[in-house]
Amino acid sequence: MTQALATTSTSVSTARLSSWSLLLNNRLATAGLIILTVIGAIALLAPWLPIPNPNTTLPANRLQPILSDGHLLGTDHLGRDILSRLIWGSRVSIAVGVSATLIAALVGSLIGLVSGYARGTTDNVLMRGIDMIMAFPYILLALAIVAVLGPGLLNALYAIAIVNIPFFARNVRGITVGLASREFVDAARLSGKTHAAILFTEVLPNVLPVIVITMSTTVGWMILETAGLSFLGLGAQPPQADLGSMLGEGRRLLFTAPHVSIIPGLMIFALVMSINLLGDGVRDVLDPRLRAGDLTRPLSVTRVKRKTAPAPVEASDAILDVRGLETSFQRGRATVPAVKGVSFALRKGECMGLIGESGSGKSVTALSLLGLVASPPGVITDGTVAIEGEDVFSRSETGIRALRGAKVAYVFQDPLTTLHPLYRVGEQIAEAITAHQRIGKGEARARAIALMEQVGIRDAKDRVDAYPHEMSGGQRQRIGIAMALANDPDIIIADEPTTALDVTVQAKILDLLQNLRKERGMALLLITHDFGVVAQVCDRVAVMKDGEIVEAGETAELLRAPQHPYTQKLIACVPELGQGKAFLETVRPLFAEGKP
Amino acid sequence: MGGYILKRLAYAVPVIIGLSIIVFGIMAAIPGSTALAILGSFATPENVERVNRELGLDLPIWQQYFVWVGNILQGDFGHSYILRRPVLDEILERFSATLILAGASLILCSIFGILAGVVSAVRQFGWTDRIVTFFVLIGISTPAFWLGLLFILIFAVQLRVLPASGMYAVYGGGDLPDLLRHLILPAVTLAIVATGVIARLTRAAMLEVLRQDYVRTARAKGLDERKVIYRHAFKAALVSIIPVIGIQAGFVMGGAVYIETVFQWPGIGAMLVNAISTRDIILVQGGVLLVATTYVLINLLTDVAQALLDPRLKT
Amino acid sequence: MSNAIVVKDLVKTFGGKRSLFGGTGHAVHAVKGVSFELKQNETLAIVGESGSGKSTIARMLVGLETPTSGTIAIGGQDYAELHAKGSREFGQMIQYVFQDPVASLNPRKTIDTILDVPLKLLRGYDSEKRKARKRELLDAVQMPSDTLERYPHEFSGGQAQRIAIARALAAEAKIMVLDEPVSALDVSVQAQVLLLLDDLKREFDLSYLFISHDLAVVESVSDRVAVMYLGEMVELDTAEKLFAAPGHEYTRELIASAPRLERERQSRPETDRRGTTELSSRA
Repeated sequence: MTQALATTSTSVSTARLSSWSLLLNNRLATAGLIILTVIGAIALLAPWLPIPNPNTTLPANRLQPILSDGHLLGTDHLGRDILSRLIWGSRVSIAVGVSATLIAALVGSLIGLVSGYARGTTDNVLMRGIDMIMAFPYILLALAIVAVLGPGLLNALYAIAIVNIPFFARNVRGITVGLASREFVDAARLSGKTHAAILFTEVLPNVLPVIVITMSTTVGWMILETAGLSFLGLGAQPPQADLGSMLGEGRRLLFTAPHVSIIPGLMIFALVMSINLLGDGVRDVLDPRLRAGDLTRPLSVTRVKRKTAPAPVEASDAILDVRGLETSFQRGRATVPAVKGVSFALRKGECMGLIGESGSGKSVTALSLLGLVASPPGVITDGTVAIEGEDVFSRSETGIRALRGAKVAYVFQDPLTTLHPLYRVGEQIAEAITAHQRIGKGEARARAIALMEQVGIRDAKDRVDAYPHEMSGGQRQRIGIAMALANDPDIIIADEPTTALDVTVQAKILDLLQNLRKERGMALLLITHDFGVVAQVCDRVAVMKDGEIVEAGETAELLRAPQHPYTQKLIACVPELGQGKAFLETVRPLFAEGKP
Repeated sequence: MGGYILKRLAYAVPVIIGLSIIVFGIMAAIPGSTALAILGSFATPENVERVNRELGLDLPIWQQYFVWVGNILQGDFGHSYILRRPVLDEILERFSATLILAGASLILCSIFGILAGVVSAVRQFGWTDRIVTFFVLIGISTPAFWLGLLFILIFAVQLRVLPASGMYAVYGGGDLPDLLRHLILPAVTLAIVATGVIARLTRAAMLEVLRQDYVRTARAKGLDERKVIYRHAFKAALVSIIPVIGIQAGFVMGGAVYIETVFQWPGIGAMLVNAISTRDIILVQGGVLLVATTYVLINLLTDVAQALLDPRLKT
Repeated sequence: MSNAIVVKDLVKTFGGKRSLFGGTGHAVHAVKGVSFELKQNETLAIVGESGSGKSTIARMLVGLETPTSGTIAIGGQDYAELHAKGSREFGQMIQYVFQDPVASLNPRKTIDTILDVPLKLLRGYDSEKRKARKRELLDAVQMPSDTLERYPHEFSGGQAQRIAIARALAAEAKIMVLDEPVSALDVSVQAQVLLLLDDLKREFDLSYLFISHDLAVVESVSDRVAVMYLGEMVELDTAEKLFAAPGHEYTRELIASAPRLERERQSRPETDRRGTTELSSRA
């Protein structure tokens, strides 16, 4: 069993696109790379190119226009060839920008790494220092540094590098703090590694992508800034020229010979633009979240693209009737089904459990019912969900919204992330009411308080103005339930409502749900991975595995005599109080054949 | 909230003290004697010694610092020997011009940056998004000082619709419309880069927030999409947008250095560039300290604004 | 030497230091004077809910946190002395298995390099010996030998936990602190890992300190059970006695709250769960 799992991963790793081909897939980034390569190659080859000496002055030949004889881009006020100066100037600008980036990245990352890993006093001292540097407006500090060191290209380089150190230090520290508290760092310590070894061999490899991303997004910036200092006359000193000082010198001739200042500006723009395009591409490749397409905006309703025309809804006594539901996820060009042909029905006032292990598709099934699966990448690819005898997916967006929170309400797993952190809990409950009923603010608030009392929150009048973070996990889940009750729904879909809670709290929340259901005659669809929870509250249960329902039936019946081998194994694997050490002996034969 | 503001103010004090030390230290480290710069060709040894004594430059460096700070606390920023007037008068006059310019561009870039970012996140991968993304890239890749020159060429030289330089017309100007006409080009130039940065981060923040569980909760309640986006997602995104605006405030104040030089705007940035080249150290000291302190206060404001928005930050 | 671990009056307080602008910070008393011992070849379980201090105890034992006060002896040696001898001596005495197996493996290292570290640094084996040991370890945790050249993300939670256990075994320590080792796993995988831990204990003569919030799991593996509640150890007894006749109110509430399958349909009076006092007023 373990072997089988291990070998399937081979195909996954080969199927993953290499970083390079991913980068080249990005058309803009490729364009940036090409432009940058051309500019870089020309700048690098400057000494061997058949161009005049950039510093040879010839006053008689001054201010020649573009495309004049022998001077493709004309000449400047001292008769120097602009093309030649442009090439040599780019060489200087690129060299300065890249060196400043390297210095800033090296020093900044080192500060960030040490500060984020050591924490405590070291962190405090280093970060207060960084704060000090950041307390100056960016360019102002560069100016002050140049003022001390005196004008000059090298000094401008130092100034730009110093000014950018905080940027790296902060970014790297942020990531390092997160990594340093990760368990693999503790594990490395227990394996005998020293702090320095952990920092450079365990933490650094994980920070490196961030450093590269930060470098690729700042190098263009630094070229701009050095050009700026040179433009002000504080960078490159004559006769040496970088793009900024060419622009600065040309500025005086803006009205008589605009090409002298426009051309170097265009060059800076082309250079920085190509670097930024490439930098964005690099970031997209290296940032794993973007790679997985996680940062796409989900639509308000999951996309529906059914393979077959939906069958007409048959009349039944069920208030929720799911037939042949298939929900898929788009992975690149492929569409992979996560829920395959799931059918079940929920009768009025009934409690049904949907149970399965992680990845079984139970949550996706629950979210699909009202089109709440994040889309992209989710797509409903087949089946119907009938509520009140009408297919949900045939409804308009507005039609689906009218069901959400009114006829059918959801209770989600982790109330800390599912409640809005910036709104008071009372407002969030009131909002659920006003989304479907036309009532005034005062009345909505009064009803929110009443709902909070019904879900067992003491001092509801005071707690109504609390923010979610001011409540305990159990209380927050009660708020989640109050929100679901706001419009007296017929169906509540509870997706692992107690998984994030302690057992004693779980027991109370389950009691609450059960009592409310009986009082109000609601139907409850309970998604869980815990057979104990199912046994406690559900009338019927369906077992899911790999996106399919493998077995369904009355809870007591199914638990006592499971028919499907998977269900049998699953139930056998649940340890129960009172079994004691006998448990291990009863499960041992189940896995006997799996051993090598 | 009051407690939080006090705490944050208390935190700003050591930062400002630190700033003053850095500013003083940097200026003290500048090679070349101040007295020589002041006296120029009159620099006989006796004269130098006299000037040093008058300015307190013969004292140990830490005493000089305390004298300097003490004077500043009494409103005495020293005297510029090059401009032959008190530093405070000069920097206040210059600073108000910079505040007008920087304030106008900050307003411009905040409005357009946030708008563009939100629209482009909501219409992700659509045409609006592509156009915004493209212009944002152009914005952050263009040297502002060059863009200023282009604008002068186009709007002042070719089209002759806007003035090329200065803050007021030389003859017959001085009223508000005149100021605004002069303000347009430099403020827009200065705002363009910052708009790009804000738009980019707003877009990213919105996309991040739209993925959060609480946005799904808002949808599960049956809220219409406008409310989901503007009430739930945007408010949460604003928490990470506000500090970016704070950083951009520093950026436009610093960037004013170029823009003021290009458009000959009589602000503190142009003053600093001149003062550095004439080695008017006392003027540079005062100017840098004033701008940096303002920036610290702006950061304080953004922190407070952020805490007003996000109750979790108040503690 | 009959006790693997002896803990006396262990206290851990987080925070509470003076802050920069005066005023004492908010102190969290995570562990308030806990004493217990882990006998040789015994499995002692510590159960409790979130915030009970059970994980803090575990982390102090392996040196990831420093106790505020109290004494610890590991394998008869004083904790401070042992610690002073260096991480090598320490790591050979006691090892730790984390709750989240995937997070405990560095995503950018192959399993080979991950397993190599303790063999090299804690055991000091040459490369030949390390190679042989790695194969033995993978055999012991029932993982295929091609595991070595793979990266952590290529494994499921259960497999990753096997690898993490192999790493802990590599140090050849006789005492293992298992911090919620099966909480992040699905039930069928959980049962497999519990079986594996049981086999390894016998094969290598280990002593386990088993931290968990799941009473049923605890009952199936432990000889003795300690119950933690808000930083205090409210009860410590053999598993049989504790589950049959819980002495402390909180233990009773915990047992009553645990959801049951009721396969045998043994009727459980509703009052069993309701009758408990409002101990956990947090809900």
